[in-house]
Amino acid sequence: MSLLELRDVTKQFGGLVAVGDVSLTVEQGSIHGLIGPNGAGKTTLFNLITGIYGLSGGTILFEREPIDGLAPFRIAQKGITRTFQNIRLFKDLSVYDNVLTACHMNTKYSVVEALFRLPARNQGEKKLKQETEILLDIMNLTDRRDVSAGNLPYGFQRRLEIARAVALKPTLLLLDEPAAGMNPDETFELLEMIKQVKREFGLTVLIIEHHMDLIMNLCDRIMVLNFGRVLAEGSPIEIQNDPAVVQAYLGEGGNHDARY
Amino acid sequence: MSWAYITTVLIMTGINLLAVIGLSVLTGFTGLFSFGHAGFMAIGAYTSAILTVWLGVPYYLALLIAGLAAGLISLVIGRLTLKLKGDYFIIATLGFGESIRLLFNWFDPIGGSRGFRIPSEIHYTSLSDVIIINLIALILIANLINSRHGRNFKAIREEEMASQVIGINIFRYKMLSFFISAVLVGIAGGMLAHLTHFLIPRNFDMTKSTFLTIMVILGGLGSLSGSVIGTVVLTFIPEFLRNFNEWRYVIFGFLVVLVMVLRPKGLMGGYEISDLLRWVKRRLVRRRGEKNESA
Ligand SMILES: Nc1ncnc2c1ncn2[C@@H]1O[C@H](COP(=O)(O)OP(=O)(O)OP(=O)(O)O)[C@@H](O)[C@H]1O
Ligand SMILES: [Mg+2]
Repeated sequence: MSLLELRDVTKQFGGLVAVGDVSLTVEQGSIHGLIGPNGAGKTTLFNLITGIYGLSGGTILFEREPIDGLAPFRIAQKGITRTFQNIRLFKDLSVYDNVLTACHMNTKYSVVEALFRLPARNQGEKKLKQETEILLDIMNLTDRRDVSAGNLPYGFQRRLEIARAVALKPTLLLLDEPAAGMNPDETFELLEMIKQVKREFGLTVLIIEHHMDLIMNLCDRIMVLNFGRVLAEGSPIEIQNDPAVVQAYLGEGGNHDARY
Repeated sequence: MSWAYITTVLIMTGINLLAVIGLSVLTGFTGLFSFGHAGFMAIGAYTSAILTVWLGVPYYLALLIAGLAAGLISLVIGRLTLKLKGDYFIIATLGFGESIRLLFNWFDPIGGSRGFRIPSEIHYTSLSDVIIINLIALILIANLINSRHGRNFKAIREEEMASQVIGINIFRYKMLSFFISAVLVGIAGGMLAHLTHFLIPRNFDMTKSTFLTIMVILGGLGSLSGSVIGTVVLTFIPEFLRNFNEWRYVIFGFLVVLVMVLRPKGLMGGYEISDLLRWVKRRLVRRRGEKNESA
């Protein structure tokens, strides 16, 4: 079943077509890769799906309902969340509080119940704290739970962003270059974590990455963007052997990871 | 110094404190700066005075209604201004505060610029009133901050876009924060009215708004303990400096600048007293552990 469907999605900035007529279907339970050279429009596509930018054309369906035009927080409440290429954590809050904050929708106690510490509040908080601890464990962040997010090493910050996103119990998780700036060991560790959270939380994942090993290893399907247009779409093997992709992006033995 | 004088200063401190707790929710925890909250104070002050003087409403009920009146106005103002970006919001609050003051200045039935006197047979705000109301406010606000709703305030202060993508309706939470701050500042206004028993719009000008915001900042944004300390320090200093006449505000300003240079995040800088106690405790435990090891 298709979870997310983009139909002829277009985004223009003035005269620049950042994303042009992109159609894409993401199957429920799959890991879908999104690759392409710098400036290809990958992040813009995420901003369109999460409602941060409005569409210039086309529609986006999530669970078969149109979601374009909804405010970002509504789209998040429907079950789509993301991480950011340029990390956006709650810097002055602890690792623990970053995740705990993101759990807020998993309990429903009201402002009045919070003010007076009524039983619903206490039960809700207990539940959120358990969920937070489980997530920190999975993402290997428990040792640093009291550190301010802004003081974490880079690789940990990226992991914390994933933990914070998964805390909403989303259906669809968008990861924007989660391995950027990581060394091969860290990247491998991250790969395992992504697989684990996907399995345990029954997620569907759409991931942007420049580490080709990670993408080819992880994804069921891959879409290649170039200058805002779809260059190719298929299984990892099909993509690796696609002449247009090899020429435009993968290059002749060229190593795109070298830039990072 | 007479006991009556000391009591008055303490009551004044308590009234400022209530207003600062309210403003702390908005500025310290949600990251929105206001230079118009004296307007809400004025609304609370006049509402409560009208209620007790003209309608014979009991003091505490009048304070509650005064707070709600200020809150109601904040919802209207918030709807109009909270979608504005940070700087524009500040200007809008400034405009609001001054408009309210001018409105009361111009409105003659409640004395206009000549002021409004509360007869002496009506209740005077006492030290116990101040203590009771502040304790309730501190407990309720601390509860709120330690809840999913309070954490959403902090998330908005830290990163608006990240807040949105984790499903926080930032407009709604800004409204809530603005409302809570207006209610508390409104109640503080009511208490002030019944302390001085004389209301004059001039007392609710931009200087008053600025003073409240300075107390929050000096105490440390995002710390309720900081707000308490900031208020006590900043209410007492001008009193101690009374002998310096005009110069006291120069000295006062200089001290504020000095604190901000030495501690840019304010006296408490985002920490609560409870955090400090925990830190000291951890230290002691570690110290003891080291001693045991070396023994
Ligand atoms: N807010 C914006 N205003 C104007 N132009 C923009 C905006 N956001 C993106 N663009 C432009 O749209 C194009 C696509 O940018 P985008 O960030 O989506 O690329 P990307 O594929 O994510 O690249 P990278 O690999 O470098 O992250 C670029 O030319 C960029 O300059
Ligand atoms: Mg990008």
